[in-house]
Amino acid sequence: MKDNILLQINNISVVYSDVIQVLKGVSLAVSEGRIISLLGSNGAGKTTTLKAVSGLLKPENGEVTDGNIEFDGKPIQNSSPETITRMGIIQVLEGRQPFKYLTIEENLRVGTATRWGKPYKRDMEMIYEYFPVLAKRKKTMAGYCSGGELQMLVMGRALMAHPRLLLLDEPSLGLAPLVVREIFQIIRRINTEQHTTIVLVEQNANMALQIAHYGYVMENGKIVMEGEADDLKENPDVKEFYLGLAASGDQKSFKNVKSYKRRKRWL
Amino acid sequence: MDFFLQLLINGISLGFLYGLAAMGFVMIFKSSRVLNFAHGEILALGAYLFLTLVTWAQLPVIVAFLLSLTGSFIMGFVIERLFLRPLIGEPLIFVIMLTVGLAAMFKGLILLLWGGNLYVYPDFLPGWLSLTLGPVTVPPVYVAAIVIGFVFLGIFGLFFKFSSQGIYMRSVADNQQAAMSLGVHVRRVFALSWAIAALVAGMSGIILGIISGINVHDLSAVGLKVFPVVILGGLDSIGGAIIGALIIGLLETFTGGYISPALRDVVPYICLIFILLVKPYGLFGLVEIERV
Repeated sequence: MKDNILLQINNISVVYSDVIQVLKGVSLAVSEGRIISLLGSNGAGKTTTLKAVSGLLKPENGEVTDGNIEFDGKPIQNSSPETITRMGIIQVLEGRQPFKYLTIEENLRVGTATRWGKPYKRDMEMIYEYFPVLAKRKKTMAGYCSGGELQMLVMGRALMAHPRLLLLDEPSLGLAPLVVREIFQIIRRINTEQHTTIVLVEQNANMALQIAHYGYVMENGKIVMEGEADDLKENPDVKEFYLGLAASGDQKSFKNVKSYKRRKRWL
Repeated sequence: MDFFLQLLINGISLGFLYGLAAMGFVMIFKSSRVLNFAHGEILALGAYLFLTLVTWAQLPVIVAFLLSLTGSFIMGFVIERLFLRPLIGEPLIFVIMLTVGLAAMFKGLILLLWGGNLYVYPDFLPGWLSLTLGPVTVPPVYVAAIVIGFVFLGIFGLFFKFSSQGIYMRSVADNQQAAMSLGVHVRRVFALSWAIAALVAGMSGIILGIISGINVHDLSAVGLKVFPVVILGGLDSIGGAIIGALIIGLLETFTGGYISPALRDVVPYICLIFILLVKPYGLFGLVEIERV
């Protein structure tokens, strides 16, 4: 495996509306051609990290105040999303955000916005090859498609841009286990066949660590742990907090957790 | 019967004019959710620009017409660049209030430059444009209004359905953040929609000027008439705007002709209220797709 670093985040801090500090010195490196997964609970700052890279912080009044982000050796922190997407970084937003009133085909065409001459015919065939479900529903308005189809749609839409770096924000959110498995298999295929580097933000740590090469764990706006995916899977803390297994390897039971019982009275 | 037919024709061509005016309005609303209260004034500016080019600069009509359309297009760009862009990201109500301010400013500007008198264009539409349908003759300007209305509706329909730029414009209207994440140049889309809107508005201003003369107050009042039209047709449907405009146009001429000219301007609004009671999104408005 070549070890050419594609994305380097050096000690960045992100502040929203000039007062709310969300990231407090996050550093990570993404090697070209690999899948990196970013784990952590809600509010840990995973999405913010992705948005800092893709430039989508600005419309939300967020700013990288410290540190720097380098893509392919060039600094990109606080650049506009138009510039960043044209360098080859495409983020797939959390919670599947299709263009509801556009058909599947039109949705895919928007993906070519960053490319010269907006070619779409051949790429569309490639997307339909990865996601055969979409081919069947070409002319359907996206608003009427199911969650699984939409997740495939937004991923396909991003692929239309021929990204060098794909940022996936929780692709498994709210999907049936079988669909999740299918989507993860496709992510792996995209990585090997298109040589797309992928940063994968996930709550589903088990799934994410199965396909990722390397992983980072975030908590409270900081990276608290990192390592090869296989090592992380074996790490006792990760097991306990993210894979739901006790250190001994047994399934953890909520019966033993007092706070849970106490809380229940109020519900 | 002749009277009925005459009213019908007048109503249809008036409807197409309102439709043209409404098209620009809908375009801005579709891409940026801004209600443009300065629409009537932009329309008037187009009419005055044409007037200046034809009477003062003595340009041939067709050149003057194309120049005024280009001028309106550029004006749309400039308005977006100078006034709207600094407000991107601010609450919508600020932007809408800004357009109210723009309306006042443009009106003042027109009064300053051209005064409040009623002007008329020299008669330039060729006689062969007039149509004779049995007992009724359709004056050339009405024929022109209908033809231009059809042509532009077709052009915009194709533009939004098939061209990449049109699809990007719709994607921005649909989900701005997602469009941005895919690299769609959102500010450029806004600028383009203002420019196209100003162009269409300018054109309807010119045609209205031919029909009823050029006067700031009358022309900018059409900007208000656009509201019942677009609300009736559905705020974000261009086809709906045309249908809404035809309904309003016909209602106006028929009440004017059969009931009383004084009621002309009231009946459309009354009708609007009843239609909205039945179809709150307008006749062709987007019904929010709700996933359950």
